Amino acid sequence: MRYARPRSIEDAVGLLAAEEGRASILAGGSDLLVRMKGGFIEPDLIVDIKAIEDLREIRETAEGFRIGAAVPCAIMRETPALKKAWPGVVEAANLIGSKQVQGRCTIAGNLCNASPAADSVPAMVAAGARAMIAGPSGTRTIAVEDLPAGPGRTSLGKGEIVTAILLDKRPPRSGDAYLRFIPRTEMDIAVVSSGVNLTLDEKGVVTSARVALGAAAPTVLLVKEAAGAIVGTRLEEAALQALAENCSAACRPIDDKRGTIAFRKKVAGVMARRAAMIAYDRARVK
Amino acid sequence: MMSGIAVSTTINGDEVEFLCQAEETLLEVLRDRLGMTGAKEGCGTGDCGACSVIVDDRLVCSCLVLGAEAEGRRIDTIEGMADGDKLHPLQQKFIEHAALQCGICTPGFLMAAKDLLAKNPDPTEEEIRFGLAGNLCRCTGYDKIVRAVQDAASVMKGA
Repeated sequence: MRYARPRSIEDAVGLLAAEEGRASILAGGSDLLVRMKGGFIEPDLIVDIKAIEDLREIRETAEGFRIGAAVPCAIMRETPALKKAWPGVVEAANLIGSKQVQGRCTIAGNLCNASPAADSVPAMVAAGARAMIAGPSGTRTIAVEDLPAGPGRTSLGKGEIVTAILLDKRPPRSGDAYLRFIPRTEMDIAVVSSGVNLTLDEKGVVTSARVALGAAAPTVLLVKEAAGAIVGTRLEEAALQALAENCSAACRPIDDKRGTIAFRKKVAGVMARRAAMIAYDRARVK
Repeated sequence: MMSGIAVSTTINGDEVEFLCQAEETLLEVLRDRLGMTGAKEGCGTGDCGACSVIVDDRLVCSCLVLGAEAEGRRIDTIEGMADGDKLHPLQQKFIEHAALQCGICTPGFLMAAKDLLAKNPDPTEEEIRFGLAGNLCRCTGYDKIVRAVQDAASVMKGA
């Protein structure tokens, strides 16, 4: 195995594209090193992207935020403007692992690891986040939900690398939230989860919404019917009920030791409903 | 032919150079190449926190860091916690409160508690419990550890 620490995105892409064996990208390492330790992968080349200055910062632009692919989740928590604009995304990112893990792990890595139960991904999908990708044939930007292709698989081509996650600037009266169900209080993997992002008009009526579910299907789901159920409402009981039912109906979960299909379907609706209420309260005070 | 990756780093204030293989973790380098056996391997997968060290003021599991990544960084380990013969208040309070039995988790708990108090000098019990959730202890039941950290926090505030 070889270890490389390129200084530029071009060099990183060049190394990945030229590698004939198996190449892995190292950002926080909290998935990669665990998979190596477990013998699930044996990379021939590890490309550490943390020496690439451009990937190590959160930039606030006219359009919103650009979170470099090597920014640890703990730095997101320590960036007040980001936390204020996107509290749900920041909270989701900081539910990953322990303090030790949060000092290393990244949302770009969480996305590329492509676990259906990744905590930050439903929050990013609800937020309408986009992934900036650099590769041998140039750069492209895609919706976050288009990156995972299945458990552990992504739509990235050879030599491609996610360089940043983009979050838009917020319209007034917007809020987001993420909730997961775990049987413990900390340090666990979501049994099922939901991210909700919404914007209100001056009268408190939801004008737009995005609802996402985690650990409910092979990839994180964007549930348009669930969002449709709350647009035009003030989250009255009937609207919340319709939101929950649409979420339960959209689930295609597995049965495993952490939860049954029936449990995941029901709790997906409960998580979405509670996350929507938190997002709504956040939107009202802005 | 080179026998590994040459790494220059700073550990507990001392400049250190070592050679390591690409797949070696920082924990393996500390223990097996540098003879610093304070950090322990519990799980090797970032779940137990026994290998906790501080890299550039950030608490990490050294089992989830490659040795090669230490290049140019500043690393603090349990070996640098006491000031000569004088124990750090956290170490002193862990002894006074009997916050350890077998001791395998203790270096990790001490590093995590040190990092916690550096960022939050006056934590509530809940903040301590959440702050130390990445460290597992199978002996104490945690209460004595929490009390030791509370007591050390009050000592350190008064200092």
